[in-house]
Amino acid sequence: MRETQADQAKISTPGEQAAASAPKPRRPKPKSMVLLGEQTEALFENARLAKERGEKVGWSASIFPQEIPETLGLNILYPENHSAGIAVRHQADPFLQKCEGALGYSNDLCAYAKVNLVYASVLNEESEMELPDGGRLVKPDFLLLTNNICNQLTKWYENLARELDIPVFFIDTCYNPSDYVTESRVRYVRAQIDQLIRDLCEFTGKSWDDERFKEIMEISRRNSYLWERSYNLMDCKPAPLSGFELFNYMSAMVCNRGKESSTAVLEQLNAEIEEHIREGTSTFPTEEAFRVSWDGIACWPYLSHNLRTLKKYGVNMVASSYGKAWAINYEDLDGMARAYCFASTNGDNATTMIARRLEALKKFGCEGTIYHVNRSCKVMDCQMMEVQRQLSAQAGVPFASFNGDQADYRNYSEAQFETRIQGLVEIMKQNKEAKADD
Amino acid sequence: MIPMGLWGGQAELKLAKSYLPAFACPIMQADMEFGLNGTYEGLSAVIIPTICDTLRCMTQNWRFGVPTIPMIPIVYPQNRKSPASVDYLISEYETVLTVLSTVTGKMMNEAALCETIEIYNTHNAMMREFSRAANDHLDIITPVERHTVMKSAFFYEKSEHTAIVPNIVENLKTLPAYCCPDKRVILSGITCEPDELLEILRENGLCVVGDDLAQEMRQYRTDTPEKGGGGLRRLALQWNNRYGCSLIHELGKPRGKLLAELCRENEADGVICCLMKFCDPEEYDQPYYEADLRAGGYPCLTVEVDHLNAGYEQIRTRIQTFSEML
Repeated sequence: MRETQADQAKISTPGEQAAASAPKPRRPKPKSMVLLGEQTEALFENARLAKERGEKVGWSASIFPQEIPETLGLNILYPENHSAGIAVRHQADPFLQKCEGALGYSNDLCAYAKVNLVYASVLNEESEMELPDGGRLVKPDFLLLTNNICNQLTKWYENLARELDIPVFFIDTCYNPSDYVTESRVRYVRAQIDQLIRDLCEFTGKSWDDERFKEIMEISRRNSYLWERSYNLMDCKPAPLSGFELFNYMSAMVCNRGKESSTAVLEQLNAEIEEHIREGTSTFPTEEAFRVSWDGIACWPYLSHNLRTLKKYGVNMVASSYGKAWAINYEDLDGMARAYCFASTNGDNATTMIARRLEALKKFGCEGTIYHVNRSCKVMDCQMMEVQRQLSAQAGVPFASFNGDQADYRNYSEAQFETRIQGLVEIMKQNKEAKADD
Repeated sequence: MIPMGLWGGQAELKLAKSYLPAFACPIMQADMEFGLNGTYEGLSAVIIPTICDTLRCMTQNWRFGVPTIPMIPIVYPQNRKSPASVDYLISEYETVLTVLSTVTGKMMNEAALCETIEIYNTHNAMMREFSRAANDHLDIITPVERHTVMKSAFFYEKSEHTAIVPNIVENLKTLPAYCCPDKRVILSGITCEPDELLEILRENGLCVVGDDLAQEMRQYRTDTPEKGGGGLRRLALQWNNRYGCSLIHELGKPRGKLLAELCRENEADGVICCLMKFCDPEEYDQPYYEADLRAGGYPCLTVEVDHLNAGYEQIRTRIQTFSEML
């Protein structure tokens, strides 16, 4: 059974091992995680088998309207998710070295991209390196691109397309400087969706079936509902889960949003959370002294250190921006265009970002926010300071930020993280005491 | 209204640090600082195109940080193969016009727009002519002089600049062509500033005979089509005709070929890639165009451009070595 990302994060470095206390028996893996592991295995295995049969396999950006390839029965893999997996297993180093060395890329670039560009060059026999997973992210025949995550994805995929000499099917989802998606954007994106369906059918030899699309859309909508619901159940006090555990289930939405296997995983997850609520139990291993929200992508290379530090102070992460990231609800292709323009927090202006976060802070009873200043992600970081200021003032909760990276282990300091969390805890404690005195 | 270009400048960062992390590019850092400290006071509005991740965020930082100068965002379409991109971009231009009208109380009319497009096309042609003519007079048009002519275009009314540049060209043509003993290079990147950096080229026997800089010839190589509809539609078509720019999505990584062609046309000995610090769109292009240039037999040197950093000794040494190698 393949380990999930949080399990993999438990693999510690020698230094971490020395600092860790005596090993405790692990609690049995919940059934939802078993299902998730099977789903992940199936995703990669199906892509491998499709490749063997001579079918075309694609790579896709993580917030692409995957209901389209799902309707066409195509096998799609997700480089961002895959790079995160390599980072969480502490296997990114040779990729980063090769990318900044032999491939000549700047250290400044997104570490997901750097890992993947090297992986692609190895698959293309342009570079030599032993792939830690044996090459299960099989070589793509085409790319599916949206830029609702960031502009770097556009450049990253341009380079993949040139390296592998394959086509890109692109939907330009446009940044939203307004608080809503303008109708002119909807028309532009809808036209691109229509064109993409035609082009993809022609390239892959598949045909579009409206009935099948409706079925997939229904599954996707159900999964989005279940995904958001599992996040929303964290509003119980104390929270039924250690919040970081929800990061494990992201692949169900990133890679399998239109599949019934995700419905099974997420229904099971919801049932397990409800059981915790009924029985008054939680997977958070210590008393939940403070509830915080997490802003930004997980710091995958140090998830284990993040968890241990937060646990030490009884800080549970009960809200994150991932909850809304795949809460994509729509009823037709126009709705799809609008939904995918507005899905990613990176595609939205500061007022929308602040409103979403403010709602989450209130809903989940957060007493503070932790901002991950993710060196890989300029689009997240370059307006974060203003968002922090406004949100803190509006919500009346303190925040702490730390420097890290979604995949580059070199951009993190354990000491800095601990100091920042200590500072945040002190303020949250004072706030709590002041509230009690009132 | 007179449009001005905001390309940052040499600044000591104080206020901008409250808005941007250290790894935002120097142009955005300096622009933010100048916005916050009042240097840009007097502007009626600032138009910010969201063509990179930092620029997306700049729209929001400016909106809250510099409320005295209204911010007008424009989101250019990147899927330019889509025919729908034209109507979409027209609607973006119309939004910009609405805000400009609100700010200034003036309305645009079609005749004035068409006349302006003509002036801009003439200006493009003049700048291309200047770039060619300058190559016969590299004793007068040093790297700094060439850059000054290029950059000045951002601070003149376009018709005024369009009148000045032909004078320069005509005067150059009255002089005998200069046989320059220096090595000839093409510059690529976003900008090659400040003057100290350009002086290093001259000190080391290098002259600039062409460029692919976003601040310079990328501005002038694509005209607005004379036909194709009303003014706004033709402007949208011009965006779709642009090529070889890191900030505009284009498949095939064409810059290596484009730069090799520039070298051939201008008899250049090599290319200097002026890699703007923390400019990710340029950083994605660089490995490919470097490799393509080398494969085409053109030597290439990459230097990091950071006009917030006053130290140029390392760059001086690298340019000296490159010059010797040429």
